[in-house]
Amino acid sequence: MARLSSPEELERFRQEILSKRDPSKPCISVCAGAGCIASGADEVIAAFKTEIDRQGLAAEVTTKGTGCPGFCERGPVVVIYPEQICYLQVTAQDIPEIVATTIREKKVVDRLLYVDPATGEKAVHESDIAFYKNQERTLLCSNIRIDSKSIDDYLAINGYSALAKALSQMTPVDVLEEVKKSNLRGRGGAGFPTGRKWEGSRNAAEKIKYVIVNADEGDPGAFMDRALLEGNPHSILEGLIIGGYAIGSNEGYIYVRQEYPLAVENINLAIKQAEIYGLLGKNILGSGFDFIVKVHQGAGAFVCGESTALMTALEGRVGEPRPKYVRSNIKGLWERPSVLNNVETWANVPLIINNGSDWFTKIGTAGSKGTKIFSLVGKITNTGLVEVPMGMTLRDIVYKIGGGIPGGKKFKAVQTGGPSGGCIPEQLLDLQVGFDELTKAGSMMGSGGMIVMDEDTCMVDVARYFINFLTDESCGKCVPCREGLRQMHRILTNITQGKGKPGDIEILAELSETAVEASLCALGKSAPNPFLSTLRHFREEYEAHIREKRCPALSCKELIIFHIDPQKCQACRICLKKCPAGAIDGSKNTIHVIDQQKCTRCGTCFEVCPPRFAAVQKLSGVPCPPPIADDQRMIVRKGKEK
Amino acid sequence: MDTDQIDRIIDKHHGEASALIQVLLDIQSENHWLPKEALQRVSDRLQVPLTRVQHIATFYKAFSLVPKGRHEVHICMGTACHVRGAKRVLDTVQELTGIQPGETDLELKFSLETVNCLGCCALGPVMEIDGKVQGKMSVVKTAEILNSID
Repeated sequence: MARLSSPEELERFRQEILSKRDPSKPCISVCAGAGCIASGADEVIAAFKTEIDRQGLAAEVTTKGTGCPGFCERGPVVVIYPEQICYLQVTAQDIPEIVATTIREKKVVDRLLYVDPATGEKAVHESDIAFYKNQERTLLCSNIRIDSKSIDDYLAINGYSALAKALSQMTPVDVLEEVKKSNLRGRGGAGFPTGRKWEGSRNAAEKIKYVIVNADEGDPGAFMDRALLEGNPHSILEGLIIGGYAIGSNEGYIYVRQEYPLAVENINLAIKQAEIYGLLGKNILGSGFDFIVKVHQGAGAFVCGESTALMTALEGRVGEPRPKYVRSNIKGLWERPSVLNNVETWANVPLIINNGSDWFTKIGTAGSKGTKIFSLVGKITNTGLVEVPMGMTLRDIVYKIGGGIPGGKKFKAVQTGGPSGGCIPEQLLDLQVGFDELTKAGSMMGSGGMIVMDEDTCMVDVARYFINFLTDESCGKCVPCREGLRQMHRILTNITQGKGKPGDIEILAELSETAVEASLCALGKSAPNPFLSTLRHFREEYEAHIREKRCPALSCKELIIFHIDPQKCQACRICLKKCPAGAIDGSKNTIHVIDQQKCTRCGTCFEVCPPRFAAVQKLSGVPCPPPIADDQRMIVRKGKEK
Repeated sequence: MDTDQIDRIIDKHHGEASALIQVLLDIQSENHWLPKEALQRVSDRLQVPLTRVQHIATFYKAFSLVPKGRHEVHICMGTACHVRGAKRVLDTVQELTGIQPGETDLELKFSLETVNCLGCCALGPVMEIDGKVQGKMSVVKTAEILNSID
């Protein structure tokens, strides 16, 4: 393949690809994202290929593994084109039936369709499913349509047309102005206006500049960047090249976690393909603009998601943040102007260039424009990636898209913003999502993790969990973060173990204040947030732990006991057999009793007790009821009475 | 791991000092741990002081300075898994194997690590053994899986 040397050639090539493709030819798209692979997508793809070969359909049907469309809860997800029939939770056993019915006879396999739990109606197409219907998917929508390893697939959906437009019809300043007008704000967490960041670098005197993709997605429970990089790597690459053109940089870096091997593989492949097509390298599309991209793998350090730490790591050193007296867009990587943006930010750039800033600003709130991808996880019915317009309320996201809390449990809070974010309680659920709105509520946008918690989640434990995470991930440079967090973790652990003392909350607040004031980077400055926001909205839980040694959510192991209600126990022996500690005494027809000395509080008995008996209870803050007298433990079953 | 293998990796990265982390990552992925001789070789070839090589090797989580067991067990402690009971899965693994996160048992059978998010939150709590993700773990299921491995 010869390099494409002008926008016209790119267009001709695109038409050539399209002319070779028959839109009515059946195409089977199987999500090959991490979630679906874990539920068996690999076997499904292999089974499709075997079955299609067996039926002699190989020439008439295309099968591809694609990026993640978001509905991880019901994976593996299969979409069959051109009818766009969406099958969920497909297993290898279903494949012969799908091929025979849908591919051969053009009929739908009813049992694999989505059933709306509220109405009982079946949805044939993706767009009919409530989970998708309420989203606005401008970034994620391409994932299921393209083979993430094929540049031709990306070109077929108009890929690299924004780059061609920028290089041939716009000056770098035009591109910059368009991005500024779009009011695009950084999707990595802080929400800094992208255009302003670019402008700073563009105007810097130093000749050599860099553009960098931050794909060190470290927030536990967030995987939207991974889905974009794995599913549609060319869109990020296209955004990066446009960014390089706008600020006058000829060198880009992609910093991606080594924990995402598929993302590393796909982006490396995408770079190679783009180089062959002449979309990277010297004189791109005949414009005279040169650009190269290098991939750098992160070695596992959460702090490297911080901009200056990431740049230090790129230089091959230990990823410690540095002071930002001079911003990194003026003096960053190797002391040169460096624009660092998050994966999702870069992915938005081609859309803005193609559709114009007016299109972009139509979506969203006054301060936050466009869409945002959230990973909706935790105690939620529909786990997955959701892309919504800024300004949608949390309630709509949790209930309309997420389908509410499973198991009839009560909603307690939603945690946004990753470890440095905060918990938003039920009374604030009507809050619109946006950078400023979330900050006002004591949380933040962060990279877009959204973890739903129900009545069984202990908020003190959640704070302890995040502080523990951040203690581990603190690079150790600043004392308030390194030592302060360690002390906070110690006190919070004591509280969850029933060793809390009056005054603990005040010490925690004091340590928080110091960390916020005196840490260098955002990790330390925002580290106390999980504590502060849970204290603000759930102070009574802290007090119950400290004063009454009671965990209201019945979750803290040291503060609960498991007890078998003698009135309910049917002596079925299930818990007795499953208890790993051998702590349950009883036999057939003898009511079971837990030996509290032996019990490790693992919760197995609670889990396995048949719901129709529900005899195992969790208790907290009350003494264990005295064991039932031995002579009352016999159960006389109905029909066996004498 | 012999010197030739290490040299091959270093040459792949053109022996540049800025590629230090990438070189160590490649050694880690081929050898599963970083022996002292490998660190020394990297230090000599890239002309980076050994202290800095060790600083990197101990700072980043991906590196191990001790050999790993035959089976690598990763327990996801991401937030989604945490609220769905990842701690109980971890407790079970610790009880059954007798090792703490970061440790390897004496027979070199299991290495246990906690990780922060494997990106399969829909399946939480999640345990990964030898690269295969096991979803919707319970205490009972964890014990069954561990006991089935030899």
